Order: sequence, then C-alpha cells, then structure tokens
Amino acid sequence: MSAARSRLRPRDTVRVAFSGLRARPLRAVLSALGIAVGIAAMVAVVGISASSREQVNQQLDALGTNLLTVAPSQSFVSEAQLPQESVDMVARLDDVDSVSAVGTVPGAAVYRSDEIDPNQTNAIAVSAARTDLLDTVSATVASGRWLDDVLGAFPVVVLGADTAELLGVSRTDGDVQVWLGGEWFTVAGILDPVPLAPELDTSALIGWPAATSVLGFDGAPTTVYQRVAGDAIDQVRALLPATVDPAAPEEVAVSRPSDALAAQAAADETLTTLLLALGGVALLVGGIGVANTMVIAVLERRSEVGLRRALGATRAHIRRQFLGESVLLAALGGGGGALLGGAATAAFASSRDWPFALPVWVLAGAAGATVVVGALAGAYPAARAARMPPTAALSAV
Amino acid sequence: MTVSTAEPVIRLRDVHRRYPGRPPVRALDGVSLSIAPGELVAIVGPSGSGKSTLLNILGTLDRADAGEVRIDGRDVGTLSDKQLSALRAHRIGFVFQQFFLSPGVSALDNVADGLLYTGASLRERRRRAARTLTRVGLADRLRHRGNELSGGQRQRVAVARALVGRPSFLLADEPTGALDSASGAAVLKLLHELHDGGTTVIVITHDHGVAAELPRQVHILDGRIESDECVAGAA
Repeated sequence: MSAARSRLRPRDTVRVAFSGLRARPLRAVLSALGIAVGIAAMVAVVGISASSREQVNQQLDALGTNLLTVAPSQSFVSEAQLPQESVDMVARLDDVDSVSAVGTVPGAAVYRSDEIDPNQTNAIAVSAARTDLLDTVSATVASGRWLDDVLGAFPVVVLGADTAELLGVSRTDGDVQVWLGGEWFTVAGILDPVPLAPELDTSALIGWPAATSVLGFDGAPTTVYQRVAGDAIDQVRALLPATVDPAAPEEVAVSRPSDALAAQAAADETLTTLLLALGGVALLVGGIGVANTMVIAVLERRSEVGLRRALGATRAHIRRQFLGESVLLAALGGGGGALLGGAATAAFASSRDWPFALPVWVLAGAAGATVVVGALAGAYPAARAARMPPTAALSAV
Repeated sequence: MTVSTAEPVIRLRDVHRRYPGRPPVRALDGVSLSIAPGELVAIVGPSGSGKSTLLNILGTLDRADAGEVRIDGRDVGTLSDKQLSALRAHRIGFVFQQFFLSPGVSALDNVADGLLYTGASLRERRRRAARTLTRVGLADRLRHRGNELSGGQRQRVAVARALVGRPSFLLADEPTGALDSASGAAVLKLLHELHDGGTTVIVITHDHGVAAELPRQVHILDGRIESDECVAGAA
C-alpha cells in the first residue's frame, strides 16, 4: 500500500473535464460559439474557393484545354487581319483536329433598328463566322439555330449572349430583324456564353458568304480557332505563327483561352488568403473568449479544486482537468463551426450551381486549430488552478 | 475503548506553523499529539485557536514549519507534493462542514468520486460506492442527486465518500456545523458506529456539546494543546 500512487485514468480525465462543462451548459455553448464562428468562417472560405476552383476544373474538363486561338498581334494596328488562306494552312498541320475562324467585318455595326444613332454601336463586333465554329470552340445555342451552309448565304444573324441582351432581343422565331451594316438581318439564333471565346459573346455572327456578298467582306479572318491533339499543344503552338503568316510571323499572337480561365481561378486565391486571415482573427477572438471563461471557472471553482486535492488529486491532475475542459470547449466550437462552414459552403455552391468541394485538409486543419486554440486558452487558467494551495481553495467558501 | 499499542496513525511532535504578517500569527505553537488506530477523537477549540490549521496539517493539505508530522507511519516533511496527494487519495478521508457534493450528480457517483484518484475503474468505483452507501444507511438513495437529499443525508453521502477508499482515518471538519440538531445527532451516531467498526475518526469542532459525546477530547487554544482527556464513560 505504501507504493500506492495518486492516479487519474485518461478516460476519467475526459469525464471530469466534460462534467465541468455540463455543469454550466449555457456558458459552455456561448463560449464555444466564438470558436465556432471563427472555424465556420475559415471552413466556408476555403470550401467556397475550393468549390469555385472545382467548378472551373469541371468546366475546363468539359470544354477541353486544347483550344488555341490565333489572332493578329495587336501591337500596331487595331483592325489587323490574318492572311485569307490561314485557315487552310492551319488545317494542313499534323495534330490539328479541327479549325474554324471568324473575320470581323470592318466598319459594320449592328443596331436594334435603323432609327438608332449610328454612334451607339455598343462595341458589338460584326463578324463572319464559319459554320464549324460552334464545334471548335464548344459553344452552344441558347435558342433558335446556328448558321449552316444555306442560312449563311442569306442576311441572317446569330447573336452572342451579351449582344442579344444589349440589343434587347430574346425571340428567335424569325420575326425579329436587326439593322446590320445598313441592311436588315433576321435573328436566327442566340448563343449561350462561350467561356473559351468570350469575344463571341459581344459579337453578331453572320454567314461567311452573306458577309462577302451583302457587306463586301474581303474574307480575311481575324481569329482562327483550332483544336489540337492533347500532347502536341506546345509543338503546334510554336508552329502556328509561321504557318498562319509566313511573311510576318511576329505579327501573329497565339493564346490558349483555358489558361485565362485557370488564371482567373488562381487570382481568387489572394482574396481567399485575406478572408482566411479574417477567419483567423475571429478564431483568435473566440480563443480569448474561451480563456476568459476558463479564468472565471477556475475562480468560481476554488472549493472544487480544494476538494479534489483533498480526494488525492495531484497538481498535474488539476491542470489536466482544466486544460481538458478548455480543449473540449474549443473542440465543441470547432465541430459546430465545421458543420456550419460546411453547410454555408454547400448552400453557396448550390445557389451558384457549383459542385460542392471541401478538402479534407481543411477539416483536419480546423480540428488541429481548435485543439491548439483550446490548449493555449486553457494553459494559463489551468496552471493557475494547479498552483492554488489546497488550503486556500478550501477556505475560499 | 481499548488503547492500542500499535504504531499510531498520527503522531505530531512539537509542530509549529506560523503565518506571515505583522505580527506573525502563530497558528500552531509546539503541538504534540498521537492518535492510535481505532480511536474516536474530538479536537475542540474556539475559532482562531488553530484547529483549522491542525486539520490542514493532519490532512497533509498544509505543511508544518517545524516539528515532525508522521501520518500513517510516514514522515510528511520528506514527502513530495505528489506523494502527499497519493497519501490523501489512499489513506485519508475528508468530511467537510459544507459537504462539497456535486449537486447535479447522483449520490452513487458523488461517493464513487472518493476513489477517482486511486486509478480504480468506474465500474469498480461504483460497486464500492454502492456498498459504502449501504453501510451509511442510504441504500435507497443511490440514484438521488445531491440537491434531492436532505442536509443530513448529504453529510452521510459525504461520509461515505470519505470512507469508500478504506482510509487509515477519517478527518471530519465540523461535520454537524451545517445541520439541524436531529440531523447532526444522526451523523454523530454514524461516526460512532464507524468507530465501533474499527475506523479511526477525528472530529474537529468548536462545539463542546459535540466534543463531549466523543471518548477522547483534545482541547486547543492559541495554537497549543490545553488538555487531552479520555472520558471513559462517553457515549
């Protein structure tokens, strides 16, 4: 019996810590709420940005990252054109799966009617489009129909998504006409937004033959779109300028639109970091709340500390009890916050039709953060409780 | 009562305890005391006499400045804080005037907490708590919460908590101080029964009426033992 030690089982440490919280449930919930807000903010910020990235990734998967765009380098002339034969030249390249092009019709503009002031062009470009454009740029028709070989020979126009909105056109039943380049063109269709070729959203697209015959278009493309076999992108990219314009390859700019989408997603990360820092501040404030609660709890429970010392608790047992209480309190908040943040992410993602994405490391990080915050917040009060002499604790009634 | 010749449970030799101040308070001023196993002792004195300090020293909650304190055969002055905690967990049972029960917790679990720091499992603690509660006459109150019990019942639960670890002695600080006279008498009767069963019980009190009912009375005044008498005929 002389070797008997004072011993508190780990399971009992948790039990004792938990019973301390249960004695004052409202206070426990309110102080846990501070932590919950911080964790929820951080989880939601990361979750929403992950969902947004996931959405871009899915979009890129659907649209493909193998689209290259060739346009005149814009350093000198704003309305520069590519050589007329460039589409055929590109089509002859190995590894090019499909090619299409649009050619801006110089000086043409589109208006809702012939009464509109000609200066109000709304910056809408009138372009001749090849009939295979939609497939190459993964565009879809929102309503009406796309140009085919027959329609393309008539004064018929398909409007980009923004163009239709700017002109106030929503019907595509063939009754609506717009004033285009000094002629009436019938609206045959309206496109969905085209993520890989956003310049089409602000275009009015007419058939190549109609552009030539009605508007006197010279047939020189301004942008050539090509789909390339996946693993040959870099080679094709290097070959394109000389292929399109052997005489002046330096006046040809090649770009990969999917890069722009990915870059846009990456740009959001700066904002995410900032918001994450704000969540961290909320977590810090929550931690201070927990520390405050624990300091008060230790002061209020001096007699409990004294009783426990009389029952045989060591200083370490007392310290562990209050530290455990603090970590439990923070973990309670962390768990609630993670749920809250997850719910906020899910709600936000579903409101935008995004996929729901919440990386596991966020949840692991949130759990780790709460344990650290709880331990830091509880360290001082717990040490104070442990240092309290048992006689002082018992006489403090 | 038989005076045991065995090793005393408690032996104090010329114990001093001073609290700093102007002038310093001499709470204990050369106290020597020996308590044998199986004794039922009252330590009686008015407030300020030093009896609370003596309680703390006997309970190893406080240390003497000078003199020797042997509890259960061990020199307290040589023990670390951790070893003192172990001594309290296994060898000393405390009963306080204010009971110190957890209000929302059942009588059973309050008593089981008496074994919390012995490392016994919860099931074992509850088993022994149930047995001890039966011993103090509360077999039908196991599931009652602290706040559902009368004052006398609460103090009996507290006695059971002190007893559940089979300590070398019970240290009761004004055990009847917060009770009406009938409940107080019942608690004293319980202490007598425990004494009859062989438990060593030390009652600290300012109440001469309570002390008069116990077989040995140690009177303390101004930090010194005034008298130490065995009353053969006491209840």
